[in-house]
Amino acid sequence: MDEKAKMDNRITEISQNRLEEFSSKILVEGLNFYYGRNHALKDVSVNIKANQVTAFIGPSGCGKSTFLRCLNRMNDLIPGVKVSGKVYFDGMDIYSKDIGLAELRRKVGMVFQKSNPFPKSIFENVAYGLRIQGITNKSHLEETVEKTLRDAALWDEVKDKLDESAMKLSGGQQQRVCIARALAVEPEVLLMDEPASALDPISTAKIEELILDLKKNYTIVIVTHNMQQAARISDYTGFFFLGELIEFDDTSKIFTNPSNKKTEDYVTGRFG
Amino acid sequence: MNSKIKTNIISSFFTGLTLLATLIIFTILIIIIGNIIIYGHKTISWEFITKAPREGMTAGGIFPAIFGTVALVVLMIIAVLPVGVMTAIYLHEYSKPDFLLTKIIRFAVNNLAGVPSIVFGLFGLGFFIQFVGAGIDKFFGLEVIWGQPCLMWAALTLALLNLPVVIVASEEALRAIPKETREASLALGATKWQTIRRVVLPQATPGILTGAILSISRGAGEVAPIMFTGAAYFLPYLPHKPTDQFMELGYHIYVMATQSPDVETTKPILYGTVLTLLILTLLLNFVAIFIRSKIRRQMKKSF
Repeated sequence: MDEKAKMDNRITEISQNRLEEFSSKILVEGLNFYYGRNHALKDVSVNIKANQVTAFIGPSGCGKSTFLRCLNRMNDLIPGVKVSGKVYFDGMDIYSKDIGLAELRRKVGMVFQKSNPFPKSIFENVAYGLRIQGITNKSHLEETVEKTLRDAALWDEVKDKLDESAMKLSGGQQQRVCIARALAVEPEVLLMDEPASALDPISTAKIEELILDLKKNYTIVIVTHNMQQAARISDYTGFFFLGELIEFDDTSKIFTNPSNKKTEDYVTGRFG
Repeated sequence: MNSKIKTNIISSFFTGLTLLATLIIFTILIIIIGNIIIYGHKTISWEFITKAPREGMTAGGIFPAIFGTVALVVLMIIAVLPVGVMTAIYLHEYSKPDFLLTKIIRFAVNNLAGVPSIVFGLFGLGFFIQFVGAGIDKFFGLEVIWGQPCLMWAALTLALLNLPVVIVASEEALRAIPKETREASLALGATKWQTIRRVVLPQATPGILTGAILSISRGAGEVAPIMFTGAAYFLPYLPHKPTDQFMELGYHIYVMATQSPDVETTKPILYGTVLTLLILTLLLNFVAIFIRSKIRRQMKKSF
């Protein structure tokens, strides 16, 4: 009888572990990153959970953007960089040789700090990701464009001018075109690199609202130097300083009761 | 106070100096063009641009030379653009800058730009005509068809001469496209080639066409590279296949200026031909500029 209870306990434990594992979308283990001789990320390990908003904060140059760009291997484009450690996406090691880079980036979408629409129409911007997959079906494209523009809370503003150049839109609208464009390829994770840093407060509020909304269907990782923003929208927060992930915890804990002195100094505004 | 006056004097002196240099250039240009227009405009008539030369080139028109020039430039552009653009894409998008091969290619492109055009002419004669052309004839057991000066070899020689221009302009155009745009495409799961084809090249097209425009201007005026490779002194017919020889405006000018039996009679024709060459080059440029601005406008509006 005792044996059986023990066994049951063990099974519950295992399945709980599995559950933990299951909800992990991106698992980073001992990630080191070098720009030439500059050791930009030092032994970073973190578990990013599915359908949650995870924020990374820290002063400029602390490595938070570099970290984000490691998650979809955008750093590969920079010459002279070196990566070691593991990054698992859904259990796959994304730095292993047999990973399809295009496929990875389709699943792990990205929104950049500076809005970067193509000099094409709004429609073609959003449809781009589908077109490169070889989708030419017009009604499919139209449906996706409408749906993602609605998801990005932009549809009502642009529905009458889909054929106009995306470059003519305001900064906030351009950024939402970029979000819609990223959503159109149905990624599982959305990486956002200070998506609102160049925007006015109203556009920022819209983007933040949008992020909370997107959480239902996507795992969101956001980098921001705006602490209030991290506090408002994220479930988990990590604090980067000089390439190290100093602390990673529930957002409420980081902002109210951080366990590390440096984190406390930073979130209370004593430096940075 | 004194030093201020001194600074002012020095400043206006150098402003004046630069202005003077600009004016000299401008004046020279005006004199050249004015001279050509004054002496040349009377010669230009409908007959002059639509008829062939007569009576040992002392009368008649220059139509064969106009036709030959246009054919030559068009063929040259067809040859030089793809090769030049592809080289630029390789150099800028694919090659690693520190790679030895990349350095060698860059070195070659820069030096190619400095080679005198007469050397290209001799190269064309030796390589295209006596090696490639004669080789083709021999291989297929033909009589001399390819192994002689003709339109095709002249166009290819000119293309070679203009290759550095196109490569440099295209690379400049590729460099002007922001990194962010490429990243946006790659982050959506596009491959490198998809990014180049769908995002980079369309945006770089106006810049690439600038290279084409530059090479038109240069190509239409070069005489040395085509002297040995295809231009003819006089031909009673128009070229109608790539292996025909052709008359060309620049070469025609050279011939009339140096080998005319009667200098006074050919002088107006000479001026007329020069003026025609200028106008033709301008027209060819306008066509390219028109295409470029149309693409630009299209890109601005939508895509």
